[in-house]
Amino acid sequence: MSDVSLVVNGKRVSAAVEDRTLLVHFLRENLGLTGTHVGCDTSQCGACVVHVDGKAVKSCTMLAAQASGSTVTTIEGLAEGADLHPVQAAFKENHGLQCGFCTPGMIMAATDMIARHPEGLDEATVRDELEGNICRCTGYHNIVKAILAASQAMSGKSKAA
Amino acid sequence: MGIEGVGARVARKEDKRFITGAGRYVDDMIVPGMKHAAFVRSPHAHAEIAGIDVKAAQAMPGVHGVLTGRELKADGIGNLICGWMIHSKDGTPMKMGAWSPLAVDRVRYVGDAVVIVVADTKGQARDAAEKVEISYKELPAVTDASKSMDAGAPQIHPEAENNLIFDWDIGNADETAAAFKNAAHVVKLDIVNNRLVPNAMEPRAALGHYDKAEDHYTCWTTSQNPHVARLVMSAFYNVAPENKLRVIAPDVGGGFGSKIYIYPEEIVCLWASKKTGVPVKWVADRTESFLTDAHGRDHHTHAEMAFDKDHNILGLKVETKANLGAYMSLFSSATPTYLYATLLSGQYNIPAIHANVKAIYTNTAPVDAYRGAGRPEATFVMERMMEIAARQFGLSPAELRRKNFVTQFPHQTPVIMCYDAGDYAASLDAAMLAADYAGFPQRKAQAAKAGKLRGIGMSCYIEACGIAPSAAVGSLGAGVGLWESAEVRVNAVGTIEVLTGSHSHGQGHETTFAQLVNERFGVPLDSVSIVHGDTDKVQMGMGTYGSRSGAVGMSAIVKALDKVEAKAKKIAAHLLEADEGDIVIENGTLKVAGTDKNVPWFQMALAAYTAHNLPGGMEPGLKETAFYDPSNFTFPAGCYICEVEVDPDTGMTEIVQFVAADDFGNIINPMIVEGQVHGGIAQGVGQALLEGAFYDASGQLLTASYMDYTMPRASDLPSFQLSTSNTPCPSNPLGIKGCGEAGAIGSPPAVINAITDALGHENLTMPATPQKVWAAARAAKH
Amino acid sequence: MYSVNYHRASSVADAAKLLASEDAKALSGGMTLIPAMKTRLAAPSDLVDLGHIADLKGITVSGKTVTIGAATTHAEVANNAALKQAVPAVAHLASLIGDPHVRHKGTIGGSVANNDPAADYPAALLALGATIVTNKRSVAADEFFTGLFETALEDGEIITSVSITAPDRAGYEKFRNPASRYAIVGVFVAKGPNGVRVAVTGAGDEGVFRSSELESALGGSFTPEAAAGVKVSADNLMSDMHASAEYRASLITVMAKRAVTQANG
Repeated sequence: MSDVSLVVNGKRVSAAVEDRTLLVHFLRENLGLTGTHVGCDTSQCGACVVHVDGKAVKSCTMLAAQASGSTVTTIEGLAEGADLHPVQAAFKENHGLQCGFCTPGMIMAATDMIARHPEGLDEATVRDELEGNICRCTGYHNIVKAILAASQAMSGKSKAA
Repeated sequence: MGIEGVGARVARKEDKRFITGAGRYVDDMIVPGMKHAAFVRSPHAHAEIAGIDVKAAQAMPGVHGVLTGRELKADGIGNLICGWMIHSKDGTPMKMGAWSPLAVDRVRYVGDAVVIVVADTKGQARDAAEKVEISYKELPAVTDASKSMDAGAPQIHPEAENNLIFDWDIGNADETAAAFKNAAHVVKLDIVNNRLVPNAMEPRAALGHYDKAEDHYTCWTTSQNPHVARLVMSAFYNVAPENKLRVIAPDVGGGFGSKIYIYPEEIVCLWASKKTGVPVKWVADRTESFLTDAHGRDHHTHAEMAFDKDHNILGLKVETKANLGAYMSLFSSATPTYLYATLLSGQYNIPAIHANVKAIYTNTAPVDAYRGAGRPEATFVMERMMEIAARQFGLSPAELRRKNFVTQFPHQTPVIMCYDAGDYAASLDAAMLAADYAGFPQRKAQAAKAGKLRGIGMSCYIEACGIAPSAAVGSLGAGVGLWESAEVRVNAVGTIEVLTGSHSHGQGHETTFAQLVNERFGVPLDSVSIVHGDTDKVQMGMGTYGSRSGAVGMSAIVKALDKVEAKAKKIAAHLLEADEGDIVIENGTLKVAGTDKNVPWFQMALAAYTAHNLPGGMEPGLKETAFYDPSNFTFPAGCYICEVEVDPDTGMTEIVQFVAADDFGNIINPMIVEGQVHGGIAQGVGQALLEGAFYDASGQLLTASYMDYTMPRASDLPSFQLSTSNTPCPSNPLGIKGCGEAGAIGSPPAVINAITDALGHENLTMPATPQKVWAAARAAKH
Repeated sequence: MYSVNYHRASSVADAAKLLASEDAKALSGGMTLIPAMKTRLAAPSDLVDLGHIADLKGITVSGKTVTIGAATTHAEVANNAALKQAVPAVAHLASLIGDPHVRHKGTIGGSVANNDPAADYPAALLALGATIVTNKRSVAADEFFTGLFETALEDGEIITSVSITAPDRAGYEKFRNPASRYAIVGVFVAKGPNGVRVAVTGAGDEGVFRSSELESALGGSFTPEAAAGVKVSADNLMSDMHASAEYRASLITVMAKRAVTQANG
């Protein structure tokens, strides 16, 4: 067993877990944060993306013990108060989701992507940067649109497509 | 239309929970005392089970039960069934082999469930599952439908000689033969429609809970049709009587057909819950999904089309072998028959058609309906045929199609369908304009300068949605009716719940269905709740598949709204001392037409429940139910154009533009309809370029994870250009045709027609991977 | 995943001590090891996490010598300004590994130690004649990569850094497996004072290898045309459902040509 202690969505949490516990299972089962999903076994689909110490990572490919001492943000902690985060709002306004299963990972990936591109985003970059997130419903069309809109809303910048 | 009514691009009500992580999927459900299941599955494609020893597994930490097929059978749990009876052309019924939820004597594909292990944690269940000792006596396996009927091929079920399930035909063989005798040209085509794995992003899951005190079962399951699941589990599998079984399909993360069927796992989890005394949850990992979700497509087809000297179609002959896998899944027999061969007239006037379909067992995962279900296979035959014919005749692909379009409606085809409305030329024109078809030669020349091969291809598809009427499908073998139910409950404060038998797993029903109510009564969307997915809340329903929820599900709601409206007007007329014929509903108020006398909606509702002042003899309350059974299928149609650039050095195909011009009839929410088309096209492009399930000769699935099965990613696709030119459907009250599958149906031939145009030869199978396109480009000496 | 004991190493010496136990394995970014453990294909008894050892992190560029700490992530390599200046092809290569989330966790040391035949870094290190520095010694890349998932590392030996001498020019291009997005063929070309070296990943049936045909052609003329003229033999190349040996052979030429174009800017 490992004693893990993290700050998740601003709250300090501690627990003793089996060493083999993945971060995603710790979040879902120990903390009840079920917005983070598991969609594959091979670290490819990105439904499990969360931010660890400010960076998007796949929580299915990291042990909870590895993350001990880190600060974690999940989809549940993205918005401040009752307002939606601009990326969440853009996904809704642009119909960037259908079944909603990949959506938390998509939004966490998009938030990270926008932060890494303060210069603004274009369509090709967004598509390229979505390499690690699979959606089966939307054909990505409206996800790309939502991320471009959010990028623009957040930075006031976007590059011509 | 109002800002929230029919035709408005309303942002979805359900999004709030999904974008904040508050969606509730089966794996998110927790029941006190819940334990976790792992299935021990066959590693062999075909083997006899010589023995099962569970002792070591039972002794593992945390284990609550290790259960086998023999125990399941001893408890009287039934075999899985196929719910659509097909008769062979000689009149004999289809040959359905037994499918036990846990295999007893024999396993027939890799992934066949044999033992369930229940333990405190998923990890412990898996640890224990590895300790179950099963001795197998391996048997030879066959995976390819084209070889499964060969002499000496392994026999998979004793019921089905030579692995032949049925040998079915449709149309008129003699008339078709006569048409070919008069032909000036005959065009031939051999194609494989590649096997696909649906890959909803949420893996299948089930949580079975037997409550001893109540002697009652609850099953949370990833289902597109929880009521059908309850019916089938009660009526055929003897898990529990219907009145003792509640099935809940909460938020479901995509289905695409794969979550229509009742699988072994939900049956076994329910049974195991009673057996072990604990609630039992199972969640598939992705490889289990690859191995055991019903796959799609897998047709081998030879087709011939006869033309007269002026290139008018005279007749069509089609021979198809459909691989149904190791067992017959719930609707597996309908997909390659009534959902496929009935669409082989395409958008064209074809005087004579004959199609023969042989359904065949192999040692592979069961195959059933996957987005489009039969109609993509039919469209691929027709639209590859038309393209190749045009190329052989030296005609433009558009002109050959246009010349043969059906233009008069209703149009009775030789293969059952009666097309009720459409304007195929309008979609073709719209697509060609949007794609700047005329400018293609210049773009091709420009691409050639950069060493790229540019090609353009089109596909004019037709499909049939909202399978109906129930009596008709019953006569064709369906075990169920295909109507839909609705209940509209107006609360005392005027808010409204709509209970529907449709099930949303991404389609946005909570929004579009509420838009109907807003349109009718002016009640804001926030005051309308759509209730679905729970057999304790909604009495009965048939679920969501085959693009039926708009045409059938919403039509049922319309019928219930009609009844509510009639009663509401009666109450208002009584309150306003007016004639009920003079009452109109505007912006949430019931008014006497031409006067300022009115009663607000909520006040009328309150009056219905206080019952202090109702018309004489009227029952209190305001709640109405309707069942709607359509009078015909609906026929969405359209034209898709795909333009590609092929890099002959690497074989990489880039889709440089994709245009879709659809006719969906009337549309409730254009934003949601566009989303459906985007997703459908992505799956169709996936089939054409990327996706394929492949077994090796021994029956091992080579593509059992995303490491080997190529899912379309954002960088594989362009943004799509969509338009609609709609002709309302005459057979339902809303004029809706359906839009859920069109993208997946129309796009594969457009993509392949484009690549073969770029390469200058037709020899290319799906998926057109870089390796295949590279080889084809080399063969064409590019 | 099977049960495992997790240890967080505080220093390289601590890690070496922890790795002494039988069936213990070093855990860096975990991008390959954890998926293998999830599918129960890997079953170490103990995991020794190297991810919190400060000494293993960071990039230093001093003249033509570039040193990359073993626990430096792909994202850090891809975005390091000094490295982008000194050996832009290595930063470019790192930017092509996996996806953004994988690049945030995966490390150069982990990738090199694992020596997946379709990994990107081995091609760079071999073509650049890099030195792999461990807690025990320094090993030349030519001696380090010994076969599929095989390296010169001994039990308990830990990579601490990788040292590169900046070439005059270098370029890397890869063609991805459409499903896994690992390299089907990746070609790293480097031209330095000691001539041209070309390393190929994703294709060889014994892992990363140097292409003598391409090296001699490009040694004569470091141009895309020279690369394009080389017909690579399909012998000793991998063949699988995604790419036959012949296809891989052809792609090696195409990727080499593109890598040279990139190197020549």
